[in-house]
Formats: sequence, structure tokens, C-alpha cells
Amino acid sequence: MTATENAVLEVDDLRVHYHTKYGPVKAVNGVSFTLRQSERLGLVGESGSGKSTTGLAIMRLIKPPGKIEAGHVLLDGVDVLGLSEPALRRMRLGAIALVAQGAMNSLNPVMRVGDQIADALIDHGEHSTRKQLGERIGTLFERVGLRREDAKRFPHELSGGMKQRVCIAMAISLRPKVIVADEPTSALDVVVQRQVMDTLADVQDELGAAVILIGHDMGLMAQFVDRLGVMYAGELVEVSPMEAVYDEPLHPYTRLLIACLPSLEQKGVFAGIPGLPSSLLNPPPGCPFNPRCPHAMDRCRVERPVLREVREDRWVACHLHDGEVRADGMA
Amino acid sequence: MTPLLEARHLTRVFGGGFFARQKTRALLDFSLRVESEPPSITAIVGESGSGKTTLARLLLGVISPTSGDVLYQGKPLPSMSRDERRAFRRDVQVIFQDPYDAYNPYYKVDHVLAKPIANFGLASSTREAKALVEQVLEAVGLRPEETLGRYPHQLSGGQRQRIMVARALLPKPRIIVADEPVSMVDASLRATILGSLRKLNEDFGISVLYITHDLTTAYQISENIIVLYGGSVAEAGDVELVVREPKHPYTQLLVGSIPSPNPRHRWGTRPVVESRKASANGSCRFAARCPSAMPKCWEMHPPLFQSDVHRVVACYLHEGAPTADSTAMDEVFVRA
Repeated sequence: MTATENAVLEVDDLRVHYHTKYGPVKAVNGVSFTLRQSERLGLVGESGSGKSTTGLAIMRLIKPPGKIEAGHVLLDGVDVLGLSEPALRRMRLGAIALVAQGAMNSLNPVMRVGDQIADALIDHGEHSTRKQLGERIGTLFERVGLRREDAKRFPHELSGGMKQRVCIAMAISLRPKVIVADEPTSALDVVVQRQVMDTLADVQDELGAAVILIGHDMGLMAQFVDRLGVMYAGELVEVSPMEAVYDEPLHPYTRLLIACLPSLEQKGVFAGIPGLPSSLLNPPPGCPFNPRCPHAMDRCRVERPVLREVREDRWVACHLHDGEVRADGMA
Repeated sequence: MTPLLEARHLTRVFGGGFFARQKTRALLDFSLRVESEPPSITAIVGESGSGKTTLARLLLGVISPTSGDVLYQGKPLPSMSRDERRAFRRDVQVIFQDPYDAYNPYYKVDHVLAKPIANFGLASSTREAKALVEQVLEAVGLRPEETLGRYPHQLSGGQRQRIMVARALLPKPRIIVADEPVSMVDASLRATILGSLRKLNEDFGISVLYITHDLTTAYQISENIIVLYGGSVAEAGDVELVVREPKHPYTQLLVGSIPSPNPRHRWGTRPVVESRKASANGSCRFAARCPSAMPKCWEMHPPLFQSDVHRVVACYLHEGAPTADSTAMDEVFVRA
């Protein structure tokens, strides 16, 4: 994808394979996108679509048997994939922070939550007195809607929503430019989910950070993100502004994803997507979605479509849009 | 007519033993009747800690109530004979939340289907058993040749959960209790599984108790809904009324928190964050989080008020309506 003036993160042709005894599983298969400053970008897809792996790869957190095979990740112009270990450690949390899936269960159960944030700060060279650290953590807690005193509590004394906010507090502690939130509310109920998302939106506004929200809930995406990337079988199949995606999804998969969401507006009209996600070990030739696609043509079974800009700011990888060219002829 | 399954003044308290500091009232004075005709789908909705799973376990006889009774065909569970208990176990089936945990990874999936056939003597020959298995798999939209003979890890979450639905269907039950059957599967598979549940109801006349925290799916498949908060019924009745025009402040909060897929319908005003003052024993259970709490709400938990023909609501805002007895809650339900 073309470099944008105000890009804070550029991902180019990222490939991550998990090496199994049956051969490489191509979890992320040539993903490219740009994250603009202060933008909220969503990555949505079914389980196994590679959305979480993409999030982890951006932070270089892929562990064996997974391996980043190719690509570039430019964070503020610095190639993350080429950084040394110490530089990488400084970058994580300092410039880019992760709120992991089920992050609330990642807190150390025998340590007060405030001390866990203090640990992170000290590790990142924030040497200050105990009092100053305590002060700073107190402010962080207030910012995510917790009380200062909550820093003295143990994880089991907090509810799920509160623990998730502690994780957000930790993520923003060094004022990162990018926050990767991987299903930050997947284990919470709707009311708490909303409170956590509101908190995330507030701190993001304050920091001016950009957020990548990873998830499978189209509803949550619609409420939070500005732009949406739809992933299927390790590839981005559509990237467009959220409202445009909702009004007129370009990729058949996006259309089915939206249609399968039960709504309160109409009863009994939702349907599942027929078929199963394609195998990442032996992907079908051509477009990975062709076996499930209601519009599949002969061409889809042989030629893999590439992600291209068919209209202003609307990117899609689908042969149905082959004929479309951007009005200014730039595609 | 004797209801098929009945909960009468069910209360379940956890803890409160000699060393435990406090008691948790997981469910308080809950009554419900599931009639044998017509087969119905009733949703029980609530957040974590609302008592919905406790209710499911009580109805299945997995745990016993602190007070109150569960009756199957008019007979309390503890006083059933061995044969009656067997009949209850066969007629009331369950589908659990996690389609990953329900399998033993060392056995092929055929095992979970063969077991109930053996246990309940559902088939007299291997061939008959095979036909039965194929029949239930097809009923939930799975192709037997693609499913049988495989290990659980070779199937997707959605397939595994559908096999669980097929398993529940094997003994030809009259009631299925589905405890969060779709919360662990993708949105795209949810629709398929809910579709199978609905099919069971329509084609086989099985009543379904659908327990969930997700109002949208509850709205999609059920006729009546019961909203639980803190172990008590907040609002119950016709799903169209309760979900589309909620009257209890908690139901309103729940409906308002559902993320709409339309980016132009963004979340409205922010919910009241829970005040730390927990609702005292005598007060309305929702008082601490309620935006319209009145002094009265702190004094006594409200009874059910029948605000509409097909709805009851436990909230003093609707005090003008006649009160309904807790055992008569289901009388407002719509019957197909």
C-alpha cells in the first residue's frame, strides 16, 4: 500500500508461518496496511484468519514454531523487524503497547497491581523515587477510571472489567504512539465491554495514540473504529472506512460477515456463512475465499486477486471489482 | 395440566459456612413452569453473577436448592424413584458453553454419540445405532461422512458444538437447557448453531431454555425472555416488548450497551458506573447502579409489577401496575 504522509505504522507484505510437521501454516500471508496518526483501525475476521498473529508480529512477539518470514514493519520510520533485542524491549510499551487477548488473566496473582505497573516503568528506565512512582501510577489509575487506592489491590480483588482497565493503564504508562488491542473485551459482558471500550477511547484521545483493534465482533468494530480491515485466511481482503464498509461492503466475505450478525432491528434474518474457513496449510488455488463465495467465477479459482484501491480510500482484493479503476486513474 | 418442568421458589445460597465471611445469594425465589405443549423457546439473560448458570444447574439437578423445589412432571427431583430419575435424565438434555472442553481428546467424536445410545438403550443393533447417529447429525446440518471417525481436534469449534447439539438430540428429549451455547464460537457460526436449536424446537417439538448474556441472539430465537439481575428477575415476558421497549433500568442499560453494526448508531449516553456502595440486603438489587434509584429502592426489593399484558417488571418506577406473584411470572408469557 502506498506510504501516507501521516502514517505512524506501515506494514508491508508481512508473512508469518507456523512450522508444523505437515508443512508451513501460512497464518499471515502477505499483509500490507498503513496506520495513520491517532487513527482507530479495526482488524476483523473469523478465528484462524491471522488477525491476532498480525498484531503479535507487529510487536515481534511471534514465538516458535511461528516465524516472521518476510515483510517490513515501519514504526515511525524504524524497521521493527531489524531492531536489536534491547532496542526492541524499549520499543515495546514505550512506542507500541499491547492489550492482549485475555490480558486480565496475565496479571501476576501474587503481586499488587500497582507494583506490576511500577515494574514495567522501572524496567523501562523510569528511575524515580517510590513516592513519584506511586504518584504516577495513581494518576494512571484515575485516567482509566479506577481509584488510586486500587493500585494496592491484588488481581483477585478486582472484577474482570477492572483488571482489563489495569492492563490499559499499563499499556498507556509510557505514552505509546500505537496501542494494539487484541479482543480486549472478549470475556466481558456487554455493559462492562462498553465501559472498557469507553475507557480505551478516552485514553486514546488524551494521548493522541493510534489504536489497532483486533476482534470478530462487527458491532464492536462499528462502534469504535474509523477504518476497518477484513482478514480472511491470512490475507487482508478489504480495507475501507467503517461507514463505507457498512453501507456498501465490497468483498463478498465482508458482506456475509455483516449479514451473519444478529440484530435487534429485524428478527430471523441472520444466516451463517456456508462452508468452513480454508486450510492455511493447503490453501485453495486462486482466491482463498472462492470455495465459500456465492459469486465465485472461473477466474477466482485460478488467479489470486490482489488488494488494490478501487475507489478513493477503498481497498479490496476481489475479481468482482477488476473493472473498477479509481476516478483519478491512480489505482 | 401438570407442567413438564417446574421451578418453585428456588433459592440457592453459596458460602456462609462456619469460616466463610459472607453468603452469596446466587438465586432468590425463582419460579418458572415449562409446559409440555406448545413447545417453547425461553431465553434467560443476565451478566456474569446474575445467577443464570446456577439456575441451569438447579434445573438439571446437578446442584440442589437451598430452598424451593424443582419438579419434573409434577414430581420433586429428590423424591424420584430410580426409573423416574432415568426418565428425567433422558428427557432433559443440556448443551454447555465450551465445545472444546466437552470432548475427551483421546476418543473419536463417535464416542460422545455412542455413549447415550448405550446408556439409554436407544438402539437394539449396531446398524440401528448407526442410522440414529446419522439421523441426528443430519438434523443439525452435518454430513455424517465428514464428521464420524474423526478426533475432536480435527473439527472446527462450530462443528464440535453442533455435534453436542446432535448428542443432546439423541435420546429424543423434551427439554434442552442450552447454557451459553454460542459464546465461544465465531459470529459466523453462531447463526448456524442457533438455527439448529430453532429447528429442534420446530421439527421435534422440544422446548428450549436458552441461557445467555447476549440479548441479540436471545431476541432472535426466543418467544419469551427472563432478565436476571443479582439472582432476581428484573423483567420478564414477551421478547418483543422486553427487548424493543425495555422498562427496567437494567434491561435498558443492557439494550443500550449492545454494539450496533451500524457505525452511525453509536452508543448513547454512558452508563452509570457502579457506586461502590453495594446494594444492601433489603434493597433493590440494582439500586447501586440504577440511574433512577429512589429512596424507596434502598428499603425493599421491589415485587413484580405487571406493566403490560405480556410483561412483568420488578421496579418501583412501575408501581402503578398491579403486582404479580413470583410463581405467576410465566402467566404473562406469550404462547405460540
